[in-house]
Amino acid sequence: MSNTIKVSVWRGQTEGAFEDFEVPRQPSQTVLDVITYIQRNIDPTLSYRFACRVGVCGSCAMTVNGRPRWTCRTHVDKVATDGTLQVSPLRNLEVVKDLACDMTEFFNKMNRAEGKFHPTKSRDDDFDMVLPDDPKRKQASQGIECIGCGVCYAACDVVEWNKDYLGPAALNRAWTLVNDVRDGGNAERIAAVSGDGGCHACHSQQGCVEHCPKHISPTHSIAGLKRAVAKSALKGIFGGDD
Amino acid sequence: MPSAGIETKLWVWQRASAAVLGLCVIVHLILIIIAVQGGLSAGEIISRVSGNVAWLMFYSVFVIAVAVHAPIGVRTILNEMTGLKTSQTYFVMAVLCLVILSMGFRTVVGLYNAGGV
Amino acid sequence: MKPRGHRNHAHYWAFVLHRVSGLLLALFIPVHFYVLGMAIESATRLDGFLSWTNTPLVKLAETMLVVLLAAHLTGGLRLMALEFFGTRESSKTAVAIGTGIALVVGLTFLLNVR
Repeated sequence: MSNTIKVSVWRGQTEGAFEDFEVPRQPSQTVLDVITYIQRNIDPTLSYRFACRVGVCGSCAMTVNGRPRWTCRTHVDKVATDGTLQVSPLRNLEVVKDLACDMTEFFNKMNRAEGKFHPTKSRDDDFDMVLPDDPKRKQASQGIECIGCGVCYAACDVVEWNKDYLGPAALNRAWTLVNDVRDGGNAERIAAVSGDGGCHACHSQQGCVEHCPKHISPTHSIAGLKRAVAKSALKGIFGGDD
Repeated sequence: MPSAGIETKLWVWQRASAAVLGLCVIVHLILIIIAVQGGLSAGEIISRVSGNVAWLMFYSVFVIAVAVHAPIGVRTILNEMTGLKTSQTYFVMAVLCLVILSMGFRTVVGLYNAGGV
Repeated sequence: MKPRGHRNHAHYWAFVLHRVSGLLLALFIPVHFYVLGMAIESATRLDGFLSWTNTPLVKLAETMLVVLLAAHLTGGLRLMALEFFGTRESSKTAVAIGTGIALVVGLTFLLNVR
């Protein structure tokens, strides 16, 4: 292990350039440690975002050597195979400054996909029974651990090609709610994800699956939505309630 | 509820035609490999399909499924990878569909009638 | 500013293969109909064309078309299994098997064509 590592860090906004830094190597050093070292010891004007440092909050995602990652859970040893690091903001989002990107569009799309809970009961009603081995509960469980870090959104080519596309995280969230028996918003949700930027724009390239730090498969959640939307559209054509 | 978006409808059509094509292409590939053994000739093609209602039906379904499937896919590519406007990509889709239908049926019906039946 | 490392994985390359094969097949279809249409006008005209195709280069191009068709078929079946049945297991293996089948079909064509 050499004593320092060469790091190229994106500076600026959409227009900008990479700036090189030399950072001392440490055992078990994460990419977030490296960025923090630069900000505290070399250039205090470097902007980046983090909170928990342990993979819970999902705010430190950046592009590291060409791939979107949580910097807090990425060891330098693992990614700097040739002894260099290149760190830039997440793809597909506006850059606020340096490594911090504007997540507004990402979270707006969660809302646009009806990725929010529509309650159906009051405190006077009894609890819903949701058994662990219920098929719908199982479907929901496969996507429910998402913490909204934006890694999948940055890894998705369809997001890049189609600005209206809701993206893997928002659609995954919608699918978990489609399978939530307590939720009453499915009619709106199915309509929300069946628009031109909806679930059918996905080509199952699985960049999201490949990069999701929580090992979720948004592709499969989106496939579930495709089936649900198609079913509902066919019902619309051939009659039937819903 | 509001009707599904046009992309949803196109997706349904593309998957439905894909399911039909799945069968057609398997038959087509097998037939290609059988037909090319010993060389291909116009006489051989005509003697197989001319006057044969089963092949007429098969190739008619095949042509229709292709005419649905391919233009939708080409439109998606144009939308995502070129600067063409949506109205222009619809136009290309419609033209390609008509070209495949007209050329396809001209060929399929022509071969069915070939050989002086 | 836009590194592309995120694309280097099996499903992305499978997507590229599906898109490229689909586009090339769509372009080839009108040509295919045009050539077959020659037989309607006169069998000798098609036979003349077929004898022109009797060169190693054209045979190779034909083999490529067969591989593209078979690859688009297996890729499409894999995608529909994912979309309609939600198959999760061995997804990358399915990419490999599908591509393998396409190559085997192409080889079978090459061994039988004359």
